Amino acid sequence: MTQRPNDSSREPLLEVRNLNTTFKTETGTVQAVRGVNWEIYPGEFLGVVGESGSGKSVTMASIMGLVPTPPGSVGADSVTFEGKDLLSLNERQMRRIRGHEISMIFQDPMTSFNPVHTIGNQISEAIRVHDSKMTRRAAKKRSIELLSLVGVPSPEVRFAQFPHEYSGGMRQRAMIAMAIANQPKLIIADEPTTALDVTIQAQILDVLNLIQEETDAATILITHDLGLIAEMSDRVLVMYAGKVVETATVFELFADPKHPYTLGLLASLPRLDSQLDSLLSIPGQPPSLITPPTGCSFHPRCDLTKGRSECRSELPVLVEASNGHHTACHFWDEMTEIAEVVTDTVGIDVRSSVET
Amino acid sequence: MNDERTEQILDEEAQALIGAGEAPDPRGDMKRAKAKIQSPGRIAWRRFLRHRLALGGMVFVGILFLVAIFAEFLAPYDPNVVNTSAFRTPPSSEHWLGTDSAGRDVLSRLIFGARVSLTVGVAAALSALGLGTLLGLLAGVVGGWVDSFIMRAVDVFLSFPSLMLILLLVAVLGPSIGTIVVVIALFEWPTAARIVRQMALSVKETDFVLSARAVGSSRWRIMRKHVAPAVLSPLTVVGTLLAAQAILLEAALSFLGLGVKQPQASWGGMLEEAKSLTILEQMPWMWIPPGLTIAVTVLAINFIGDGLRDAFDPRQQM
Amino acid sequence: MTSTVDVSADDRMPLGEEMLRVEDLKVHFPVKSTVLRRKLGEVKAVDGIDLELAAGETLGLVGESGCGKSTTGQAILRLIEPTAGKVIFRGRDITAISRRQMSPLRREMQIVLQDPFASLDPRMTVRSIIAEPLKVHGVYTSGKDRRKRVDELLELVGLSSELGSRFPHEFSGGQRQRIGIARALALNPQLLILDEPVSALDVSIQAQIINLLEELQKEFSLAYLLIAHDLAVVKHICDRVAVMYLGKIVETGTRDEIYNDPTHPYTQALLSAVPTPDPAKRDDKTRILLEGDVPTPENPPSGCRFRTRCWKAQPECADEVPALIDREGLGHPSACLFPESIAAEDL
Repeated sequence: MTQRPNDSSREPLLEVRNLNTTFKTETGTVQAVRGVNWEIYPGEFLGVVGESGSGKSVTMASIMGLVPTPPGSVGADSVTFEGKDLLSLNERQMRRIRGHEISMIFQDPMTSFNPVHTIGNQISEAIRVHDSKMTRRAAKKRSIELLSLVGVPSPEVRFAQFPHEYSGGMRQRAMIAMAIANQPKLIIADEPTTALDVTIQAQILDVLNLIQEETDAATILITHDLGLIAEMSDRVLVMYAGKVVETATVFELFADPKHPYTLGLLASLPRLDSQLDSLLSIPGQPPSLITPPTGCSFHPRCDLTKGRSECRSELPVLVEASNGHHTACHFWDEMTEIAEVVTDTVGIDVRSSVET
Repeated sequence: MNDERTEQILDEEAQALIGAGEAPDPRGDMKRAKAKIQSPGRIAWRRFLRHRLALGGMVFVGILFLVAIFAEFLAPYDPNVVNTSAFRTPPSSEHWLGTDSAGRDVLSRLIFGARVSLTVGVAAALSALGLGTLLGLLAGVVGGWVDSFIMRAVDVFLSFPSLMLILLLVAVLGPSIGTIVVVIALFEWPTAARIVRQMALSVKETDFVLSARAVGSSRWRIMRKHVAPAVLSPLTVVGTLLAAQAILLEAALSFLGLGVKQPQASWGGMLEEAKSLTILEQMPWMWIPPGLTIAVTVLAINFIGDGLRDAFDPRQQM
Repeated sequence: MTSTVDVSADDRMPLGEEMLRVEDLKVHFPVKSTVLRRKLGEVKAVDGIDLELAAGETLGLVGESGCGKSTTGQAILRLIEPTAGKVIFRGRDITAISRRQMSPLRREMQIVLQDPFASLDPRMTVRSIIAEPLKVHGVYTSGKDRRKRVDELLELVGLSSELGSRFPHEFSGGQRQRIGIARALALNPQLLILDEPVSALDVSIQAQIINLLEELQKEFSLAYLLIAHDLAVVKHICDRVAVMYLGKIVETGTRDEIYNDPTHPYTQALLSAVPTPDPAKRDDKTRILLEGDVPTPENPPSGCRFRTRCWKAQPECADEVPALIDREGLGHPSACLFPESIAAEDL
């Protein structure tokens, strides 16, 4: 896979500025996404990594207008997709974007398909909704082509089958076929392989790679799995407690993480490629997003804080540590020290050995 | 369809956020740890209190109970004393809700009638619940032929045309509050048994029951400590439904003249007057008050049931 | 952190001595028609497997969903009755004894389940959850002693004893898993079956629990049977590994044998499919892509069960059920007629 350089002269395909999403709950208002800025360029493969509650899925649902309001509430300075501000569109205009210019792939394809219709009809329907001139017959032909493209064996037979007749991996393939049916410019895949076994996951990743080559759509892969991020993405956003804490090209990020949380994730990961002396876990729990910590939201769990008051009182903004590598840490220039401590405990340097 | 799924994902994520938020710091923020404990019961109660209709229903039924208990002090007249000078008089300052065909004060009869309805409602629902829970738990936990036997009995009871049989039984046994309670309970327990069995079966499959088996808990202990408490809270919802149903049945029986013996006042009995066309058309004060009271009472109890169901919703509880 | 009162007064097994031995274990579930309850067939969830586990050792049982690994764990504890085979715990065949005789043995073997949200009764306080095994087995009969033991267990798993009066829903996933571990440790067992203990947890929390399990093992010389699908986790914790596919063990050996020198094509495919968290390695990785899905255990393929997805399958694979033996002198048993060593670096 070739890495697409983050060419700043290009126009971003989607640009998100100061996105905030909150949910009203019984116990208070959850600030699920807190002032997030990011962009994705045409043809880019963007990995978004974070643990549950980091706001990675909510971010995507927010820009797609899929956050139920109430209890949710979405606000942003702008969410610009090809010059259009998505947040100013009404539900009908938004529906034209969803499934057409931007499509989504979810974790569990069983609930994403309607159990009473055949897979084939649902894909054809998705095509015909966005292209009224397409005949039923043409839509069927195209659906079969799509199924065959994503590696569904005997697609003519499979076309007429119901979701329950598909295995989990096959359903996910069909989901991908539906997602690319209208040649989207952006595909958002939210934990597309989490529910699948590792050998099936490998098949699906293969399909995702293939369709990106075929369609050249920009892809956002949301996952908690650093392995998937490392293997698939060009560029990565690391999210923690509703904020982007670090963003860099995938090689930069793994070779020289500039946020202690990213390094913490790497150090707590058991791995197949080397034998570790021990895992270095991140102490404590992710914070409450009803009352997030003041200053840096990672400071209660951070080794780099060393009791310094900046971490507690000042909100770190994303700063450019090196070309295209941004981090939201006050003391990112001390990361090398911490990395050495990690290496001593874990037994290996958890950072990637790639030259950057 | 995608939207639905997303909502669900968001919901889960939101729950995760809240869950993480409420989690106390394991390294011990002692003050917080000692703060109020959020038992599932307390959370349910708090949710219930936020359910306005349920709260309203609760207040109404509460007042009704007080009225029934203190009927002697509240009723302006003896409900059974016949005022020969005032047959079928419309509401006046003397008789706020008028008098009936026998010259008895409608308001006083309404107040005393609450006793019958509430007694029947509570007693029948409790007996049905008791019997149903016992048999339902037995069927669900023991399983095998016990289960088959109990569930077939349930099917048989549910397939009877119950009102007919109730009428027959009451006719044979003679009308009295006791008979009515027994007969209603006899036909209501299968509903409870069915729900309890279903609940018990699903609880039996949970990981916490598996864990309890793994530590060596006996079946009896599991039933007592894990299954019964899990079944109990949704059972209160069933209880409200059964109580409402029982009150309606009692009213129906009394209306048909098979309820409590005359001259004891009961709401259904008061409605009996409306069988006469003249009364129905020209003397609404005789039947509107009991009719309305029955309707509002049943509605109030159903609201309480709704509130309880929302409060115990397991999706919210997790 | 040592216990103030020793629960099981009996001897602990010396390290390295055989504690558990599973011989030809089978668990078959009947498939019945819904109306007449006629038996239509059988799901052979576990179909004749052998395992052994020494005191203080960790054996990893890996495989994908539906391979029968969790059923194996529960059958060993007789939470599911085995259809055939023997489970020999400390020299005694526990499949042959009654429920009542089984009860005291439950003190020595415990299980930690995957889902920390489902495995704790939401209506019980943490204290009563952890105290349940103590009550069931009548140890620490006085309330004061029991309280002390529960506090001790809470501290042991890294939770403040102040939290005992709270309810499970107030805890995060990692903390609930700690509570589950505390309950499993209450009777001071010698064998813990860990059924996917960290797969429901986030990475940073997963590492906390793995570290905790490792500390506890050292402190109490526990034997672990770790059931997991995450090959990296198994590699990190286990001394020996058994790979399961469709109810059978296809390859077994020490950690190094399995991870550095896998000989069964399924093991090789599994290892090659795991994404590596290092982008520098992504281009020189050759991923073995298996075709199709796992067949249903109701009607497994004849001969070698993996042959339908195997790129090396030969006609004889359909006829002969390959025994789990070391055929070519590759150093460890592999249930493949054509085992072949592939170095891990090449995967």
